[in-house]
Amino acid sequence: MKKYTNRGLKLTRSGFGDGLLEAAIENGRIVALTADLRDSLHMDAFADRFPERFVECGIAESNMIGVAAGLAIAGKIPFAGSFAEFISGRVYDQIRQEIALGQANVKIAASHAGLSAGEDGATHQAMEDVALMRALPGMVVLNPCDYTQTKAATLAAARYDGPVYLRFGRPVVPDFTPEDQEFEIGKALVLEEGRDVTLLATGHLVWEALEACRILEEKGVEAEVIDVATIKPLDKQTILSSLRKTGAAVVAEEHNLSGGLGELIAGLVVRTNPVPMEFVNGGDAFGQSGTAEELMSWAGLDAGHIVRAAEKVMSRRK
Amino acid sequence: MTANSKETIERLEKISSQVRRDIVRMVSAAHSGHPGGSMSSADILVALYFQVMEHDPQNWDRSGSGQDVFHLSAGHMSPVLYSVLARSGYFPLSLLGGFRRFGSPIQGCPSVDGHLSGVVQTSGSLGQGLSAAAGFALAKKIDGDEHFCYVLCGDGECEEGQIWEAAQFAVNHHLDNLIALIDWNGQQIDGPMEDAAGEEAFPRKWAVYGWKVLVADGHDFGSILEAFGEARANRGTGQPTVILFRTEMGQGVDFMQGTNEWHGKSPSEVECEMALSQLEETMGDYPDEEIYE
Repeated sequence: MKKYTNRGLKLTRSGFGDGLLEAAIENGRIVALTADLRDSLHMDAFADRFPERFVECGIAESNMIGVAAGLAIAGKIPFAGSFAEFISGRVYDQIRQEIALGQANVKIAASHAGLSAGEDGATHQAMEDVALMRALPGMVVLNPCDYTQTKAATLAAARYDGPVYLRFGRPVVPDFTPEDQEFEIGKALVLEEGRDVTLLATGHLVWEALEACRILEEKGVEAEVIDVATIKPLDKQTILSSLRKTGAAVVAEEHNLSGGLGELIAGLVVRTNPVPMEFVNGGDAFGQSGTAEELMSWAGLDAGHIVRAAEKVMSRRK
Repeated sequence: MTANSKETIERLEKISSQVRRDIVRMVSAAHSGHPGGSMSSADILVALYFQVMEHDPQNWDRSGSGQDVFHLSAGHMSPVLYSVLARSGYFPLSLLGGFRRFGSPIQGCPSVDGHLSGVVQTSGSLGQGLSAAAGFALAKKIDGDEHFCYVLCGDGECEEGQIWEAAQFAVNHHLDNLIALIDWNGQQIDGPMEDAAGEEAFPRKWAVYGWKVLVADGHDFGSILEAFGEARANRGTGQPTVILFRTEMGQGVDFMQGTNEWHGKSPSEVECEMALSQLEETMGDYPDEEIYE
């Protein structure tokens, strides 16, 4: 094992910005919209290179979603970007009516997702957005884990014909996804193979799951780590074949319990081959101000908690 | 034939009468729907589809490329849209009999899921269509397509904040190919617009946002065509145009007219007959039986 090493800390959102630029060079139909958050979403390079394809919407997210839908119907491939909270919950009806109904080819770029949004506090920490977006028929929900994967996911979203919710974060996080790895929508990746327990994680929690895997190995436990970068459509086959092998699962995500990846996989598991499961998530609570590190540790969204959950779930296995 | 010649106006009036018959019959047969706003905006859409708009129903696709685009923002006014689309040749008249029925592409509010020709975008949740129309208009600007984008909003719908986000956006992006049409009938579900949001400042609000504001009589084809002509001539100024059409809810049938009572109420069979007796059948009614899969 130990195939994945931290090549250094990088921003997932700069992966988005770099992916957007590369996609736009590839395809002249790509346009980008933002609601006064160009720099935060690293759209600068795109805006500088393609000013005629960059649409500043001002602080008016509802209108931005509608404009994006109109552009998509007219044949463009719009990426509409803002903070996850303001481009999911704030505009849920606009996304439902204008994008999901009719499957407009809009890519919703949701940055600063989760508790790691940090110091701005609970108002800015989207911990319910996956629940909202995966409830929409036909909406693809991606939650890449690091710079390289976010860049690859952005390119994949650009090539995919249909609505995509692309969720990523604010802070720098370890960059470990192989640079030549293509992002396949709907494919979960087995990062580490093991027979004792399956650690399923998405977004920033994937690195924590890899760390947990290392800690467990020192304790003589072989954990399988799966990066569920696509939350919808879920890669049922990869997940179920791992669970058939290990018979125990932990699901870790920077999202609340309700409607998150944990509930999604639990729903799959009870319908097929039930195994004990444990969950590492934000529970049923709002966040607060703090550094990303403080908040993730406060909420128990880290390797240590994944290890404890793994030990617990293995003890529950008959 | 000049745009507002006597012959043109007579032709449009004939079509309007038939469109109003379609609206009354559709809503009555469905036992639900929104005749009031459909009838107040009927003349506007008849003028648009049968005189003003550059469109080709036989070669239409949702992208609207190479044609003028129309989007109905106030989705509950679907009966008038379906009627003018069918009468323009976008789809067979027989589909009108399926209005609001299970399995029909003629949904309660316009839906793109059934791939109904002529419908560019879903609508029904109010206040959103001006944004989508701004998106279409922007795409045409980017592509160098010289055609216009029209959008019809209800007056009450303009109480939604998103309308004003879109109003700001259209001005800031110089969308002079965007023409917003407002069915200013002054009525909404709970009563007069005056009570809900105030009417007096309505035109000024658009002007303050930077739009070219035209006010026209929405039941006088001379006035309607003149306003459309002026709006189209405004291209090149960088300024979007809104036409505030003064209309009467339920226009065309005396007992439905000028009241909010018929905003979302269907006429009974007897009321339907009474209404139809006031509306001349000029183009032949659509067949009674539903013919759709």
